[in-house]
Amino acid sequence: MADLRKLRRDPTEMFTRAVQPLLWFLVFGQVFTRTRVIPTGDLSYLEFMAPGILAQSVLFAAIFYGIAVIWERDLGIVHKMLVSPASRASLVVGKALAAGARGLVQGAMVAAIALLAGVPLRAGLLPVAGLTAAVLLGSALFATFSLVIACIVKTRERFMGIGQVLTMPMFFASNAIYPLDMMPSWLRAVARVNPLTYLVDALRTLMLAGAPPVMGLALDFAVLASVTSALVLLAARLYPGLAR
Amino acid sequence: MRSPRPPAISTVDLTRRFDTVLAVDRVNLSVDAGTIFGLLGPNGAGKSTTIKMLTTLLPPSSGSAQVAGADIRRQPRVVRGAIGYVPQLVSADGGLTGVENMALSAALYDIPLRARGARIRESLAFMGLAEAAHQLVRTYSGGMVRRLEIAQGLLHRPAVLFLDEPTIGLDPIARHAVWDRLQETRRRFDTTVLITTHDMEEADVLCDRLAIMHRGQVVVAGTPSELKERTGAGASLGDVFSAFAGATIANEGSFGDIARTRRTASRLG
Repeated sequence: MADLRKLRRDPTEMFTRAVQPLLWFLVFGQVFTRTRVIPTGDLSYLEFMAPGILAQSVLFAAIFYGIAVIWERDLGIVHKMLVSPASRASLVVGKALAAGARGLVQGAMVAAIALLAGVPLRAGLLPVAGLTAAVLLGSALFATFSLVIACIVKTRERFMGIGQVLTMPMFFASNAIYPLDMMPSWLRAVARVNPLTYLVDALRTLMLAGAPPVMGLALDFAVLASVTSALVLLAARLYPGLAR
Repeated sequence: MRSPRPPAISTVDLTRRFDTVLAVDRVNLSVDAGTIFGLLGPNGAGKSTTIKMLTTLLPPSSGSAQVAGADIRRQPRVVRGAIGYVPQLVSADGGLTGVENMALSAALYDIPLRARGARIRESLAFMGLAEAAHQLVRTYSGGMVRRLEIAQGLLHRPAVLFLDEPTIGLDPIARHAVWDRLQETRRRFDTTVLITTHDMEEADVLCDRLAIMHRGQVVVAGTPSELKERTGAGASLGDVFSAFAGATIANEGSFGDIARTRRTASRLG
């Protein structure tokens, strides 16, 4: 709640965050659509890439959530939360939901950009509801992952370093901008254990009419939900360490 | 003149070790209910570590403590429900208004929804913040931020309130306002207050009893006047401090302590 109020008061952050996906669509997407070097079946490359870019912006927005938590630690806000009788798990879930709400705003902007770029998104209640759920869950997953890292490294400098080191490989070792079939087998193995792959797969099925499911929505959501739960439990154990 | 009520805080050989450093060394404290108790000592004496253990943020290495009738190790959630805590660091969120900060505390302490609005208004008024209730906290003065944080710590009417260096970085007028509100809180709600400080005036004016810590141990405890008498005729509390903790205020305390203190001071000031 508090986070959303801040976002409303300072929406510049939302627009600066929209710049990167815009560039991906305009530059990367246009070039690769022309060259046709990446086999994307019946979809144009731009269509194929749109869910990947949405997933990327969800990942990038959520993965630096830990920075905010380290900032809260430096301020004493973490201490104030931890001396309250609220359960540790509920504090972590609260963070994850706040990240999810931010992710939705972010996702809506990227979806709007995709529409403007001429990507035919699926309309209707079910795809949109599914898309909302996937973005919420994806944001919660990466935000909680970020929180776990923050609890371990505890300082902003170390976090920035690790954040950079993790995000890029997670993005490139996924099906976000090229299909799994194209990858060498070792990379495909990495992509198969990368939660981002499952988020992209879910988004692709839910956003595009002509996208054949690779993993299947049920598996996608099952993986996202179970990884998120495991991370929440881990973060709830590590969170008190931030106040020491 | 001991009160017949059980003490609000009592510790038995409370100890905390960080690797090889003994931060708190077999501390035995007893704080009577409804009193304002001051924990004095130079930077790095172990005051903050003691508070962290009593507020369940940090498990002790050995020893035990009871706060508001509950054991800090076996019943941490009972302790958390019965205490309020105002950290030394600025913990109010500058990007939110006073009321929004209070609403966050109300949610953390699960104050019933129907009672929240009235309770928040009442607490802000009590701390003299009614007019600023809907302003962003980043526009508050340092004294107002501290009073808001105390209001947040008191919102759920805790039996014991912990404050870590409550007036650090505040000007004299703002300090007196904070002291006045703390005394009024004790009078009106019978709250037990434990503060850490290295400000002699604060200890003298505000506290009923004091304990001086030095290198992790409690070296002496008593009322301010008892301590002055023990030190010698005409002694000030500053003399007491020098006598028991050594004239070490200037050269104790790590870089980390100093950096944190200055950061807090500059943010409030």
